[in-house]
Amino acid sequence: MGLISNGTTIFDNGSMASGFGSSLKFISKATASASASIEFTSGIDSTYKEYVFYFVNLHPANDAVQFQFNLSTDGGSTYAVTKTTTFFRARHREDDVVTSLDYKTANDLAQSTSDQILNDGLGNDNDQALSGSLTLFNPSSTTFVKHFISDINEIQDNDMSLRGFLAGYGNTTSAIDAVKFQMSSGNIDAGEILLFGVS
Amino acid sequence: MAVVSGGTTLIDNGALDAGVSTGSLTLLSTQTASASATIDFTSGIDSTYDSYVFKFINIHPATQNANFQFQADTGTNTNYNQTITSTSFRAYHFEGDLNAVLEYLTAHDQAQGTSFQNLNYIGNDNDMCAVGELKIFNPSSTTFVKHFVARSQTYGDGGGQDLSEDWYTAGYVNTTTAITRVRFKMSSGNIDDGIIKMYGVL
Repeated sequence: MGLISNGTTIFDNGSMASGFGSSLKFISKATASASASIEFTSGIDSTYKEYVFYFVNLHPANDAVQFQFNLSTDGGSTYAVTKTTTFFRARHREDDVVTSLDYKTANDLAQSTSDQILNDGLGNDNDQALSGSLTLFNPSSTTFVKHFISDINEIQDNDMSLRGFLAGYGNTTSAIDAVKFQMSSGNIDAGEILLFGVS
Repeated sequence: MAVVSGGTTLIDNGALDAGVSTGSLTLLSTQTASASATIDFTSGIDSTYDSYVFKFINIHPATQNANFQFQADTGTNTNYNQTITSTSFRAYHFEGDLNAVLEYLTAHDQAQGTSFQNLNYIGNDNDMCAVGELKIFNPSSTTFVKHFVARSQTYGDGGGQDLSEDWYTAGYVNTTTAITRVRFKMSSGNIDDGIIKMYGVL
């Protein structure tokens, strides 16, 4: 944004950016509509040291599915970065019968190129969805591995509130420049994914 | 702030606030480690913001598996030995698929201790580092203790097998005096590399 009066620049983009505005910079948004996958193949570069994907009411076509992601170092031609991760969850069922805090080994990865699971059995009833975020740190580094942290809440298929805590690293010193999201089976029926950079 | 041209107010304080987002997350300062013994934030922590967030990016230690840690202080003091009571737990998983664990860490919590508060372990192979954030709530309060919450993700050396660690630390600085400064350091050796950014949150 700039403001010019009679040919005199009162303020311009640079001064405005340094003096005002949130450090959370909107980059792009993808809206799912029976989408097999959602890919972010631009906007992930050295501009920011931190990128945050916000998931808003992602609703799957199939029941009891995993929402998952993978990373690319070649602009999205392939998504197969080696990852080591941890995953634990807090759960509470609507009938109050199940409450737990536990590590789930089936959802972690050990030097695997598979897609990484972000949640745990998302339901597809009309009112069921997941929301949360995934933060990717300094994806353009060519020195360090690429850490990521996620915090998501969902309604599981068996009517349970489930909060999933995922963290780990892409074990590569190549720059990450694309990220792909999809369900373990079926489409992403609805929902939004927003990408922000943190300046 | 107001911008007036030829006697005509183009924007004023109110209009600016209404028309231009001042944001809820405001970058206050950035420090870059380079073989640094400590990184101190000694200004900008006051009553301006409700809470402050320190984001650490690619913190790389000089010493293998040193703890990245912090303390706080009041006024212009430089002792960094405020009383802390805290909790610490982590999930970790070895690259060889051993020991996928969620555990409480009694060695890293404090009970009215004045030590630096550990936030994680970090390996020091060339590609190893830690990321994460520390939030400190209402540091200028003279009524309440000062709560903090941190989460960090690290790449560690498990003695022959590398591992991913997801650390959670929370607690309070047990003082009703305003906190005005925060120091970060490693438990041994320097912070070889990395960036720490401080944000204010409205």
